[in-house]
Parts: sequence; C-alpha cells; structure tokens
Amino acid sequence: MNEQRRNTLKSGGGLGVLGLFVAAGLIKPEAALAAWDKKVFDAKTMDDAYGAIGSGKPVASKEIAITAPDIAENGAVVPVSVVSRLAKTERIYIMIEKNPSMVAANFTIPEGTEAEVTTRVKMGQTSNLHALVKADGKYYFATKEVKVTLGGCGG
Amino acid sequence: MADPMKIRATSKDGVTEVKVLMSHEMETGQRKDAAGAVVPAWFITDVTAQHNGKTVMQAEFGTSVAKNPYLSFKFKGGAKGDKIVVSWVDNKGDKRTDEGAIA
Repeated sequence: MNEQRRNTLKSGGGLGVLGLFVAAGLIKPEAALAAWDKKVFDAKTMDDAYGAIGSGKPVASKEIAITAPDIAENGAVVPVSVVSRLAKTERIYIMIEKNPSMVAANFTIPEGTEAEVTTRVKMGQTSNLHALVKADGKYYFATKEVKVTLGGCGG
Repeated sequence: MADPMKIRATSKDGVTEVKVLMSHEMETGQRKDAAGAVVPAWFITDVTAQHNGKTVMQAEFGTSVAKNPYLSFKFKGGAKGDKIVVSWVDNKGDKRTDEGAIA
C-alpha cells in the first residue's frame, strides 16, 4: 500500500497527488480540473501540441505581435506580451518550443475583452516563443526567438 | 492558504486595464531537492477574472508560467469603483479569490 502510494507520487508528479486527493474525496474532480486540458499541457513537441489543441497546421500571421526581450538574462522570469489584430480572436496560446512542458498558458478572450495579454514565463534555454491564436475558428501563429543567458528550469 | 493577490485595475477612455500578481511557487516538477528527490509539480492551473459577474478573462496555466504569476489584460467598459474579482485554482485543489476596485 505504502509502496504503491510512493510510486503513484513519483510517476504521476503533481497530477498523481491530485488523483489521490480526488480518490480520497477531498476535492471534487470537476472543481479541480474545470477545463484544464492535460493533453495540451503535456505536449512535448509543437506537433503534439497542435494535435492536442486540434488546430491542424496553423497559418503564419503578421497580425500577431509578440513582445518579449531578444535576450533574457534570467530565464526564470521572461515577460511576454501577445497582441492579436485578427478579427474575432477567441483564444491565445503561449508556447515555448524547447521547454519540457512547452505549452505555457492559454487565454480565452470573451467578447469585449481585447486580444492582448501579458504574462511572465520560465525558459530553460534559448528557444522560439510561439503565439498560437484562434480567431473565427481558424488558427494562426507567430514566433519570436528569445536568447536565454541563465536557464529558469531545473536546478 | 496562499497569500492574497495584488489586483490593480484602471479605467481610461472606456477601456479597463487589469493587472494581477498572484503569489504562488509554480513548481515545475523538474527540480530536485538537496536529497535528489524530485520536487512534485505544484502550479496554478486555472485563472478567471470577472467584472460585475461577467467573465472578462479566463486563463489556463502550465508549469512554464513563472513563479508568482503576472497577468494583465484589457476589456471594454468598466467604471471607477467597479469590482474586479479574480480567482485561481492550483493542481492540488487549493484556491484563492480576491477582489480589487477599478481606480
């Protein structure tokens, strides 16, 4: 029993812990994982991520602007802004190509909210940042390379 | 219980800009502690912001979001004194809701 618990913790990482809580009835699964799509966040390559999102091959667009430093001295905190000028932007994804968990975040933009988000991400190494935008049911993307002097993942 | 969020919202020319700073470790699950054991992932998964009961932003985070996550966005409308309510949930089921007023 104890050994099994240990393995669950080890193999499942955070989600294993969550699973235990769910199994123990401490939290309701729907409350814990409202809409969070594990498959998307578990993607290891761009193609995996596109598959999990169901975007197909997105189209490069000049209407998406990524603002991030060219060189990030500290990969633990890299400010990123994404602005989409595409009509009917519904959702923005921020992905970091070379991170172990490459999908950093996604933002659902309800009507009345501008297609502009700013957040801060971690980057393990120099990598391309991808902004994937869903607008009017179609997917578009833009990329920007950020050089990282000091990695922000691992330890 | 996690520390409170810092929420700043300012309204200008009919557009409200909201800035949120959450207090969270955002542990990736990649790091090892001094004894070599993997530190389990612990991170915020869902963030929702509401203005007068209407959702104005919904975000999902992965482990690549930096420690103490920052999020800013803009929405149309919002008047001085209106409340902005932001909630998050992490992968351990911990949650927190805070509110701020539009300045």
